[in-house]
Amino acid sequence: MSAQAVLFDLPGPQARRRQRIGTVVGAVLVLGLVGLGLWRLASNGQLDPARWAVLFDPAAGVPQALGEALLNTLAAAAVGMVAATVLGALLAVGRLSDHVWVRVPVGVVVEFFRAVPLLILILFCLLYLPTVGIPMNPFRALVLGLTLYNMAVLAEIFRAGILSVDKGQREAAMALGMRKTQVMTLVLLPQAVRRMLPVLVAQLVVLLKDSSLGFIVGYVELLRQARSLVEFFNFQFGNLYTFQLYVAAAVIYIVVNVTLSQVAKVVERRTRSNAKTAAVTAPTDPTSTITPGAGAPV
Amino acid sequence: MQFISDNSDLLWSAFLTTLSLAVLSGLVALVLGTVLAAMRVSPMLPLRGLATFFVETFRNTPLTVVFFFLVFGIVQLDLQFPSRFTAAVAALGLYTSAFVCEAVRSGINAVPPGQAEAARALGLGFGQTLTTVVLPQAFRTVVPPLGNVWIALAKNTSIAAGFATTELTAALQRLTNVNGNQILLVFAVIIAAYLVITLPSAWAIRVIERKVAIVR
Repeated sequence: MSAQAVLFDLPGPQARRRQRIGTVVGAVLVLGLVGLGLWRLASNGQLDPARWAVLFDPAAGVPQALGEALLNTLAAAAVGMVAATVLGALLAVGRLSDHVWVRVPVGVVVEFFRAVPLLILILFCLLYLPTVGIPMNPFRALVLGLTLYNMAVLAEIFRAGILSVDKGQREAAMALGMRKTQVMTLVLLPQAVRRMLPVLVAQLVVLLKDSSLGFIVGYVELLRQARSLVEFFNFQFGNLYTFQLYVAAAVIYIVVNVTLSQVAKVVERRTRSNAKTAAVTAPTDPTSTITPGAGAPV
Repeated sequence: MQFISDNSDLLWSAFLTTLSLAVLSGLVALVLGTVLAAMRVSPMLPLRGLATFFVETFRNTPLTVVFFFLVFGIVQLDLQFPSRFTAAVAALGLYTSAFVCEAVRSGINAVPPGQAEAARALGLGFGQTLTTVVLPQAFRTVVPPLGNVWIALAKNTSIAAGFATTELTAALQRLTNVNGNQILLVFAVIIAAYLVITLPSAWAIRVIERKVAIVR
């Protein structure tokens, strides 16, 4: 239902006038806030075009550096996405296994990695694994941490998807004489993946966002790059470009994430209009699966 | 296990910092998120637009970037938080409020339309309809998603470690530097401390959910 339609009456003449006044007051308030911000920026000289021009000046090396950092961010996220999706699917299947000796350990692994803060996982990879002889660098630690955490979350998403496939599908496949592996790979998983695609993409957006944790462990992604550019420029020109570089990094993040979120929306709409999945009720709101921990099952 | 008794002060204060970070920013997020949700369903177009813009921005910004701005960014505007702890509370609160808003809004949408229609038929205005009829029912249905947001928030407090707040993850970094030979144990202690917060929360959420759920 659309909440807007029921929460208030169609406005009469008096309410319309009140709403118009409210709209004007609200707009003035919003514009006032924006104006205050701009004034604050301008009085600090932050709006000086020369200060922003450096962002687009190849001679200063800023666009190249930021582009390279964006590629680093995307690289970490991409490797993490692929690895986490594959491992997540395997874990989901494992958790639904008929054998207790598979089901229980897999369940423990999934619950553990879901309950531990991601940053701790990344630090664990970075600090502990080298002491047992596994060579580490910030990139590997970041990717490994992202993979471990997100495979557990994705495993729960896949599992919910597999469980939501109609029981008759499985029974029909069994009746045709398929083996358990065939039932899973040929019948259940394809339907589950298609059905969970919107939630899956939403979680991958979260993974991309989380790759910014590389800043804390010293991986040269967007934020770290912005910070080191700032330090470099501060050395030469003083505090001239600090704010601009930070804004640039944030805007790049937001643009990339909004793009991916839009892709998720398009995917969701296409899934809905697809006859094969139309009869199925949509899974729970993806926003609630952002970083589910040991909370209620998804 | 020697290092636990040696560093019990550090560990205890770090645990309390994490807990108070989570609780304070959780309260900020709950209040702000509810206000945002009310704005998003209100009849005023600018309020709706403002709230939508706020939520979309914060949902698509990594939490690290929010921290980064509140700690390093606004200094450039001659503004500053009184302490790193308040900056961390603000960053976590602002970021989480976007998710609280989405959860509450989905709860508002889940309240049967008849409820709001009946309230309007009784002559209640928008504010009255929302606060006395719709929101109380909405909150009961969104206990599980709000619980997930809370647990995610408790885990997200670890990011404050990167911005000079001495909470559990920062304590972990400090302890691993000193106790190089016991890294695994240090990690176990810190993870256990997080679980002390998240596991009882998960249990409490299930209990509350069962208590307040509306059977329809």
